[in-house]
Amino acid sequence: MVPKLEVQALSYSYHTMEGETQALSDITFSVDTGEFLAVVGPSGCGKSTLLSLICGLIRPETGKILLDGTPVTCGDSRIGYMLQKDHLFEWRTIFSNACLGLEIQKKLNSGGKERVKKLLWQYGLESFSDARPSELSGGMRQRAALIRTLALEPDLLLLDEPFSALDYQTRLSVCDDISTIIRDRKKTAILITHDLSEAVSVADRILILTSRPGRIKDTVTIQFPDKADGPLARRNCPEFSSYFNEVWKILKDGI
Amino acid sequence: MKGPETLAQQEYVARQIQRHRLVSGIRLLLLAAILALWEISAGIGLINDFIFSSPSRMIRCFLSMVSDGSIFYHTGITILETLISFSLCVFIGIFGAVLLWSCRSLSEILDPYIVMLNSLPKSALAPILIVWLGSNMRTIVVAAVSVAVFGSILTLYNGFNGMDPDQIRLIYSLGGGRKEVLFKVLLPGSVPLIISNMKVNVGLCLVGVIIGEFLAARAGLGYLIIYGSQVFKLDLVMMAIVILCILSAVLYQGISVLEKKIKRQRTE
Repeated sequence: MVPKLEVQALSYSYHTMEGETQALSDITFSVDTGEFLAVVGPSGCGKSTLLSLICGLIRPETGKILLDGTPVTCGDSRIGYMLQKDHLFEWRTIFSNACLGLEIQKKLNSGGKERVKKLLWQYGLESFSDARPSELSGGMRQRAALIRTLALEPDLLLLDEPFSALDYQTRLSVCDDISTIIRDRKKTAILITHDLSEAVSVADRILILTSRPGRIKDTVTIQFPDKADGPLARRNCPEFSSYFNEVWKILKDGI
Repeated sequence: MKGPETLAQQEYVARQIQRHRLVSGIRLLLLAAILALWEISAGIGLINDFIFSSPSRMIRCFLSMVSDGSIFYHTGITILETLISFSLCVFIGIFGAVLLWSCRSLSEILDPYIVMLNSLPKSALAPILIVWLGSNMRTIVVAAVSVAVFGSILTLYNGFNGMDPDQIRLIYSLGGGRKEVLFKVLLPGSVPLIISNMKVNVGLCLVGVIIGEFLAARAGLGYLIIYGSQVFKLDLVMMAIVILCILSAVLYQGISVLEKKIKRQRTE
């Protein structure tokens, strides 16, 4: 079976007048359809650079990134990207914020509008359609941002620490919320995070990077019993802490 | 939503209203006091009312000019020139900022020139403009635009560059290009900045118009001031200055009203 996403021998450096900083070095991995991959690593290990590369915002210096066997392009419509902050625009209503992606890709027809309406209804935001982002709680805003991404029906979702701007309690429930939605829709997803417990609680597999330049240090496959179906349930399983310790140990070694 | 008002709330509201009234009352009193002091000092000969004029002489001058209609003509000319140059400033300001933003090399090349033109005292240009463009309204409008436009371009351009880079990444990640960034993020996000810039510009344009009228006009409030001082009709000069005060306040308020209207529209 062809993997959904293939990253081959990827390297990337930032250039300034002061010199060159290598952010990523020789990264190779693949993600299968429907898989939820988490990427963890010490801060400054090039995690966000990796996502920018995968969604084509910047071009790799060496190496290849293939989605369904074809290289990714800038603003690839097969990829949905969720940023740290929701970036809902205050001058738009929630509905028109959720339609932003469709509007930009000129797909804002009645079918697209219906899809957005249905998503808002499914995720409990239909009564806030005409509200302004500032009227919503942090969790609802993040859900609205997810709908904006899902409306484009991407094959691959990239999540760049999408919960880090939220306070701890909201963070747990929003993480539960969002990852359940992503799993229900059988989306392939890559989550970048510095929170190990978050990674263990949502992912099928964890990719651990070294500090700069980022290399792959190890991968850990996570398997929970079927009854532990959401991040909150997983956190209560005995396996949770053993996975956590395993990842922690790998990260800590050699820092 | 609202429950019955508590006593503490009522007291708070009453206190605020009282304070507000006090402030407006003292404001009016201050104006009345200045006018009275001026009038009385002129009346008892403490100051020479030929040089310093007086409120009553100004009113007499105003009424005589109302009766022959000339005051409306001169004020109208100044308002017209200010509005034309203001609209041009807003338009050129936005257009210039977009142009600089859309081409980074261009903005780097032009940066020192714009900074220099912005800090140049524009009154120094006025004599040249008269020679080049003649003694007419065109000169006045160009002078007024030159006073405000460079600052306006710089402010808006810096505003564009100060936008959250992640908001721009969002547009790119959704498949948009620079055009979408401009129309979906930069322009709508800059509306508050554009309006606050308009508030500064309307005052600057008035300054430019008066400078222009000092040098190159046969009509307008600036012309009245220069003409009045040359023929020693200080009543005329003072009256024109008072009208200018009122005019600048009205123009500023006009933009404030526009600002409130847009704010309400955007949050409904």
